Amino acid sequence: MKPSKAVGIVGYGAYIPKYRIQTTEIARVWGNDPNLVPIREKSVPGSDEDSVTIAIEIARNALMRASIDPRDLRAVWVGSESKPYAVKPTSTIVAEAIAATPFVNAADWEFACKAGSETVQACIAYVGSGMAKYALGIGVDTAQGAPSDALEYTAAAGGAGYIIGSAKESLAVLEGSISYVTDTPDFWRRQHEHYPKHGNRFTGEPSYFRHVISSSKALMEELGTKPDDYTYAIFHQPNRKFPLEVSKILGFGKEKVLDGLVSPYIGNTYAGSALLGLAAVLDKAKEGDKIFCTSYGSGAGSDSFSFEVTDKLAERKVKAPSVKSYIERREEIDYARYARYRKKIRM
Amino acid sequence: MDVPRHWREQIKRYRLVGSKCKKCGKLSYPHRLVCPKCRSREYEEHQFIGRGKIISFTNINSPPKEHRYNLPYAVALVELMEGPVITAQITDARAEELEIGMEVEMVTRKIMEYNEDGIICYGYKFRPIVEYAHP
Repeated sequence: MKPSKAVGIVGYGAYIPKYRIQTTEIARVWGNDPNLVPIREKSVPGSDEDSVTIAIEIARNALMRASIDPRDLRAVWVGSESKPYAVKPTSTIVAEAIAATPFVNAADWEFACKAGSETVQACIAYVGSGMAKYALGIGVDTAQGAPSDALEYTAAAGGAGYIIGSAKESLAVLEGSISYVTDTPDFWRRQHEHYPKHGNRFTGEPSYFRHVISSSKALMEELGTKPDDYTYAIFHQPNRKFPLEVSKILGFGKEKVLDGLVSPYIGNTYAGSALLGLAAVLDKAKEGDKIFCTSYGSGAGSDSFSFEVTDKLAERKVKAPSVKSYIERREEIDYARYARYRKKIRM
Repeated sequence: MDVPRHWREQIKRYRLVGSKCKKCGKLSYPHRLVCPKCRSREYEEHQFIGRGKIISFTNINSPPKEHRYNLPYAVALVELMEGPVITAQITDARAEELEIGMEVEMVTRKIMEYNEDGIICYGYKFRPIVEYAHP
């Protein structure tokens, strides 16, 4: 899929909260084997942070890089599964905070970990149709993992956002995008429940691998490209293992994936995951580099994107903190503080 | 829970928007209906850049109950780049990590929430500046 008008990324922003919990600390509390933890540590939002505040930081960073008037944004879309309000949009608060209101479309998107990349695809269509000059799509989460559940080791906080505009203003031009979706019950959270459930039988092969592989292959087929044509590839990162395994199956060398693999250091930021990996790659990429990115959201589906970097990236990427800046800004906390910040202790 | 009171102030608090006297140019935060310098009642909104330095700070141990979730936290007098001095909570740093003269930047954070079923109030806080490390 490609819009009739050429579009691309004119600005991007990332944000990761500063607190970290070592996964061996989680294993210590629950009596699990510390040698079997899936990643080293994960990010934890501070007690005054939620998806709204993280999305605002992301949006401000994206605006700094794009250097555009926020009133020219025609959409502020936020994809998340950790909305602070069940009813009342996150996106209106974000749009108000960045001065994009009132002539802007604001909406919250939901599709587990794919909600962020969906907003980016919709922004591409919105700008590509000529309806909007610029549109901002954000993927953000303060992900929930039930105490002692396997997901508690990786459910993290953070995200990234992209301002889409015309190709001639872009730091990376879109070559194409595609989605692959089926009804797969691998992960869900019912209304009023604090924590999600995951269907063990559906985790992995029938969910993550099937959708990521099908979507990625379909886009490359449509564009007539192959893994060797790309400098970097990013895949949704629920842990360290899955994205490395899927890239191997698809034929992308490990060296193309490592720069965008942030989950070992910060965990799985759900709707922010693949988008944060893409931001880490843009922090490093050069003119002419081709970037392949596929998200994954439970329930289930994948969005794939192909971009080519332009000469505008070099001067824009230095205008806001890099993903590396946020990864290096860290303060370790113990399980007790983590439990308090994440409201796991109910009084 | 006073929803209209928060709604009335929310844009100024989300974005750090103050006022500029149309007559003498004095900048104020929060916005002032009457200029404290020349008494003029003519003003326009002014968007502050959101950077400044700490000129004094203290640690809060006994906050109002709406802020208890955030203990311990520091409150500082921050001199904005444009001149005005404002009182603000400091986030992402404890009092023992702060110094007078430290440069800080404005962020929009959760200020307080009214129980589990009330509104969530967001507004400005300041934190030590995030360095722009590039790979």
